Amino acid sequence: MNKIFEKGGKLYWLHSTVDAFETFLHVPGTVTLKGSHVRDAIDLKRLLILVVIAAAPAALFGMWNVGYQHGLAMGQTGVHILEYFWFGFLKVLPLYLVSYIVGLGIEFASSQIRGEEVSEGYLVSGFFIPLIVPVDIPLWMLAVAVAFAVIFGKEVFGGTGMNIWNPALLTRAFLFFSYPNYMSGSDCWIAFKKGETAVADAFTGATPLALDGPAQYGTGFWDLFIGTVPGSVGETSVIAILLGAILLLWTGIASWKIMAGSVLGALLVGWIGNVAGITDIPFYMQLLYGGFAFGTVFMATDPVTSCQTECGKWIYGILIGMLCITVRLFNPGYAEGMMLAILLLNTFAPLIDHCVTSVHISRRAKKFNAA
Amino acid sequence: MSKSIVLKKGLDIPISGKASPDVSKSMVPALVAVQPGGIKGLLPRLLVKEGDRVLCGSPVIADKKNPDILLTAPASGTVKEVVRGEKRKLLAVLIETDALQEYAGFDTEDVKSALLKSGLWTFLTQRPYGVLADPAVSPKAIFVSAFHTAPLAADLEFTLGGEVQAIQKGIDALSKIAPVHVSIDGSLKDSAFARLQSCTVHSFKGKHPAGNVGVQISHISPIQKGETVWTVSLNGLAAIGRLFIKGRYEVRRKVAVCGPAALQPSYVETLPGTPVKDFAPFYGNAGDEVRIISGDVLCGQSVGLDGYLGHDDDQLTIIHEGTDKELLGWIRPIRYKQFSNDHSYFSWLMPWRKYDMDTNLHGGPRPFLMNDNYYSKVLPMDIYPVFLAKACLAGDIEKMEKFGIYEVLPEDLALCEFVDPSKNYIQDYIARGIDLMLKEMA
Repeated sequence: MNKIFEKGGKLYWLHSTVDAFETFLHVPGTVTLKGSHVRDAIDLKRLLILVVIAAAPAALFGMWNVGYQHGLAMGQTGVHILEYFWFGFLKVLPLYLVSYIVGLGIEFASSQIRGEEVSEGYLVSGFFIPLIVPVDIPLWMLAVAVAFAVIFGKEVFGGTGMNIWNPALLTRAFLFFSYPNYMSGSDCWIAFKKGETAVADAFTGATPLALDGPAQYGTGFWDLFIGTVPGSVGETSVIAILLGAILLLWTGIASWKIMAGSVLGALLVGWIGNVAGITDIPFYMQLLYGGFAFGTVFMATDPVTSCQTECGKWIYGILIGMLCITVRLFNPGYAEGMMLAILLLNTFAPLIDHCVTSVHISRRAKKFNAA
Repeated sequence: MSKSIVLKKGLDIPISGKASPDVSKSMVPALVAVQPGGIKGLLPRLLVKEGDRVLCGSPVIADKKNPDILLTAPASGTVKEVVRGEKRKLLAVLIETDALQEYAGFDTEDVKSALLKSGLWTFLTQRPYGVLADPAVSPKAIFVSAFHTAPLAADLEFTLGGEVQAIQKGIDALSKIAPVHVSIDGSLKDSAFARLQSCTVHSFKGKHPAGNVGVQISHISPIQKGETVWTVSLNGLAAIGRLFIKGRYEVRRKVAVCGPAALQPSYVETLPGTPVKDFAPFYGNAGDEVRIISGDVLCGQSVGLDGYLGHDDDQLTIIHEGTDKELLGWIRPIRYKQFSNDHSYFSWLMPWRKYDMDTNLHGGPRPFLMNDNYYSKVLPMDIYPVFLAKACLAGDIEKMEKFGIYEVLPEDLALCEFVDPSKNYIQDYIARGIDLMLKEMA
């Protein structure tokens, strides 16, 4: 690194930023100082870029779907696939710009204040945020929400790795509670140009969750599985999300126990709902609606905010699944339960871990006494 | 043999430069060092001055807290220099060796006093905390690992397979202090150490750290609060046996000189305290670009060109310093030259490959981000490594106790440090935790 960026240099205040770009370009020539003299080639940059790659299919499909849903709403036909994609891309790009500029700006500044290297954590959060917010959200709202989530959700706790809640979900929660008008209702999930309103007959832009019955609006199993339904950018296509899940599970970044637990919990409550006659949505369809799949694969499995222990991961996953569907069944006002289910379990993850480790410790003590 | 234990967790780091048993040299260094630094818990008091004559086994340094504990000369000769560091800290006593070795004689009637007088007591380590054994304590048991699994470590079947008799004698002696447990390599059909008597032989099968005595203890009889056990290396045990056979202090051993930067990695029979410069043929002119480690790459000490072979080490590893920057390293889909245990690289496709590893950190230090499971898959112990490391970082004694500080030494978590994508110095955290325990419990 150039001398002026080092301590005492004129541009020391840019130290963390320069370092971030430098280490982005190449693995630095730092050597081990103590302990293990050799190290595995893996680093957090590699792990986190893989999460971004895993989410890329959902993002790309989502961009196309933004255009496609707009076309449906406008009653357009015969539009080329790339035109849909381009429309969606132009809609989503500003969200990405705002997410990364605001988020990384705060991240760089606080790293500099703490005198640490810039952590890669926001690379992933910043990629998720545009995928889980309404595509037409005013950009200033997004900026405020991102700033809130990064400062109060992450930096005050000490930055990446120290946060209690998933920063991306915190962004969404902030928007949800501060600007509810933009986060629910029938047309927030479709992109419109200025002055446009839906013209297609009998079109409703509400996500399938906001409707009472699934099949009648062209939201059957395959529509939901492929993802040609309204919704926030990344959440609609279950198949694209599953592609990401395969990568995350293979590399072991995400825990299969959390994913499996969440699915099991959701199926259980969905089934109870069927048996008790609370809902006529078949229980397996619950897995395809709304943000469940995206939340299960990308949000619940965040290694920082989820449970650490293996047994805890099962409990954590199952509770997320159960809570998500419970909210759907009993809260007609806002049927999307995934975000709050995950944030709530994020809060309780340390408690679950505490219980699991306490059991482990007393089991060890018993083993000792027996020996 | 009482039982065979298979450990599924662990990792054999595929590093190149294994010492070949075909070439084996013997050397008598012109100079040897007696170093108190490598022995945790020894407060050195100097017993000799420059110009003194010493025999092989003559006391050189005594422990201030317990003057019965002696560190003795590994060879006879003349004290050439007393090396001191900052604040006059005693670093080493250099002895110019005689051409013809003279040995001090020891009476081996009483086991403890023979061990103390000969200096072989310093090969006994006490757990918890991995400190020099306290003669006043009667330990629950004494544990010996008869195989190494650390990267490139010396093959003990090769180096000590011919000394079963001495080892047996050592066990006979130690078993008068406490029951002895020996762990042998279960993957071998016929281990030279399988038929040792007057001890319990356990068989362990698995990747590193299956050969670490700490891991073995946790499977044989975990250490709990208030208990103490002792451990001794197999080389130390053989030396103890020789003491009781010949009545003299003989610590010559076969040392594996190995590593990706070692020229013709092979075995050398020599003394502890041999200067690194005597190993010059193994690193040639590359002295400035290599790191010389007394011990293995995971938990050995970097001793430098002016250093000496450690007191209880039978391995000298030479690796390149990894100061080169690697353009777009982390983002390349394939990095053929780098090893990673993680599936985001493709090393798992080529399990037969050995890698020329260097000392590069491969990333920047970050807070812990991955789950405990990411680390515990290389730790075959009933312990949560991240919880323990964090408890040590926080200095929370109660939590450290609960999460198993009594059972571990830094070396047991060395692999957790190796695989850590956040590049934490986990061994250092554990060492700090142990130091805090020692301070608070004293």
